[in-house]
Amino acid sequence: MSVETVTKTAPRNVVDHLDATAYHGNPYPVEEPMREPLVLGNPSLHDVTAKIAGIIEGKPNLKYWVAVLICASIAGAGFGAIGETVMTGIGVWGSNNTIGWAWDITNFVFWIGIGHAGTLISAILYLFRQKWRTAINRSAEAMTIFAVLCAGIFPVIHTGRPWLAYWLTPYPNQMQMWVNFRSPLVWDVFAVSTYLTVSALFWFMGLVPDLATVRNFVKGKIAKRIYTFFSLGWTGSMRNWHHYEVAYMILAGLSTPLVLSVHTIVSMDFATSVLPGWHTTIFPPYFVAGAIFSGFAMVMTLLVIAREILGLKEFITLKHLENMNKIILATGMMVGYAYSMEFFIAWYSGNEYERTVFINRAFGEYWWAYWSMVSCNVLSPQVYWFKKARRNIPLMFVISIFVNIGMWFERFTIISTSLHHDFLPSSWSYYTPTIVEIGIFVGTIGLFLTLFLLFSKYLPVIAISEIKGVMPGSQPTHHGDEHH
Amino acid sequence: MSEKKTVAVLGNFTDPNKIMEAAAKVHQSGYTDFDIYTPYPVHGLDKAMGVKRTILPYISFGGGMFGLSNAIFLIWWTGSVDYKLNIGGKPLFAFQFSIPVMFELTVLLTGLATFFGLWFLCGLPKWYSDLQDDEGFQRAVDDTFVLSIFSSDKRFSLETTERFMNEIGADNVRRIEA
Repeated sequence: MSVETVTKTAPRNVVDHLDATAYHGNPYPVEEPMREPLVLGNPSLHDVTAKIAGIIEGKPNLKYWVAVLICASIAGAGFGAIGETVMTGIGVWGSNNTIGWAWDITNFVFWIGIGHAGTLISAILYLFRQKWRTAINRSAEAMTIFAVLCAGIFPVIHTGRPWLAYWLTPYPNQMQMWVNFRSPLVWDVFAVSTYLTVSALFWFMGLVPDLATVRNFVKGKIAKRIYTFFSLGWTGSMRNWHHYEVAYMILAGLSTPLVLSVHTIVSMDFATSVLPGWHTTIFPPYFVAGAIFSGFAMVMTLLVIAREILGLKEFITLKHLENMNKIILATGMMVGYAYSMEFFIAWYSGNEYERTVFINRAFGEYWWAYWSMVSCNVLSPQVYWFKKARRNIPLMFVISIFVNIGMWFERFTIISTSLHHDFLPSSWSYYTPTIVEIGIFVGTIGLFLTLFLLFSKYLPVIAISEIKGVMPGSQPTHHGDEHH
Repeated sequence: MSEKKTVAVLGNFTDPNKIMEAAAKVHQSGYTDFDIYTPYPVHGLDKAMGVKRTILPYISFGGGMFGLSNAIFLIWWTGSVDYKLNIGGKPLFAFQFSIPVMFELTVLLTGLATFFGLWFLCGLPKWYSDLQDDEGFQRAVDDTFVLSIFSSDKRFSLETTERFMNEIGADNVRRIEA
């Protein structure tokens, strides 16, 4: 147990040199002192700086570089597969006339979904005043950006001529043509690029004060220059913090409907078509819940490893992991509800095509994909009804992997089962991925992990200023507006 | 060689309650050109300092309206004026199919306006500060609250300001010359 043991006692003052009388006789001035502390071990403010900036200042060991090399090689192989696709054409994929969308769109939706947890943590939990988010928001936001980058690769290469992908944007051109705003695919271009831009702005804005902290902490001349440049000369001026906090609130308020809109629009790629199995009104909420579900699973996978390797157990405590497991359970139940409701509506609608598609989905040629999805997404998180399971690290790691797999299968099931049996039985077909497609998907996993590894070494993995602000004793016990 | 001039008097605090009281006192004494450097936003400190409410929301709102109106104009003009294309008998322009792009462009432009508006209001990027060589000031992004009263303030006078800083409980009161 040791570090994992969370004491139920109220935390003592975090800043040791503080005058205890300043708390007007109340040694535990911060709200909700009886809750589990957000930071363990009562570090001082400087300890927090030293711990998190210390990761950047310290020299990475050989294992780190081996890990980077492996992930980067996988990413490189993926780019090789992309090269093969671009040079030869998308005929090197297993997609065929019947199944025109397969792994590429599955992977696109999968990665976009992964990103949603980051925005949920950074924006929605912020608006709900969930202070525990401060330990995990930075890494989750980083994950969002990297996941959206991976997602963007797929539609771009699926165009077949990725160098012309800019045709997807409306711009005056010599062909005198404009994009078709009645197409959900154009909505997607706007949704995904807005999502990437706003997430990156929000992330960078959050980083600036911490980069200033790192700037003053690192010793190396070049490192100091780089961090100085990117910290924009942040001084910690309260007059700046005043604007900053309002900006943070606005961006959080913007990101909240944005994150809901992105997967809603992604789901409309399917829902606005007239294919049985796709043409349903449940898709937007179902996709959003699934996205948050899969994103939290990915955050869990990464954080369980990161807190171990980077030694962040004081900051990313069992309480944080348990809270995330609760969200995984809740969103897992939501997707479970959506799966059953889809079946109910397929029967209740009386539409025989709809009914056939769903029977085929569960018991047809792709039964294995469907039942992998159900067992990973609906059954496996059920263990989280028990507190013991929610706080069991090896178990939560395994479940998070299950959920990642299950959510990938969800997208694959939706896409291929609705396509492979179309309205004309003579054109029914079956889809098997080729080695090139597998290579591209595995390559994006390598790219994602490479970026995350670099992030965890060169940027503050925990929002230093935010975590300082929620530590016990860091906020005044009375407020300035008492003075007239 | 130009002569060095005192630009500010600095004092340190480590207790959030004390810096709060000090901020209120500085504000009440009529100083306006002062600042407090903190490692994290201290709740209510801006109010105690008498900082005026930021105009950033108006900038954001302006950006949002710009994005929204541009989206409407873009979709309407390209679809029903410049390039009329009948697709499945759908109308050339309707709000129903325009909503997703209108929403996204509103959010995008609001986000950009907020981001750039923030740095504009903060006067950043600015990679040089008169205070940057002061060791205490450097710790303001780590674990210290630093109160700084600038010599450009009308009420500033070296001795009285220094005495005042000591009275309100600042540690290590010092002059910064530049």
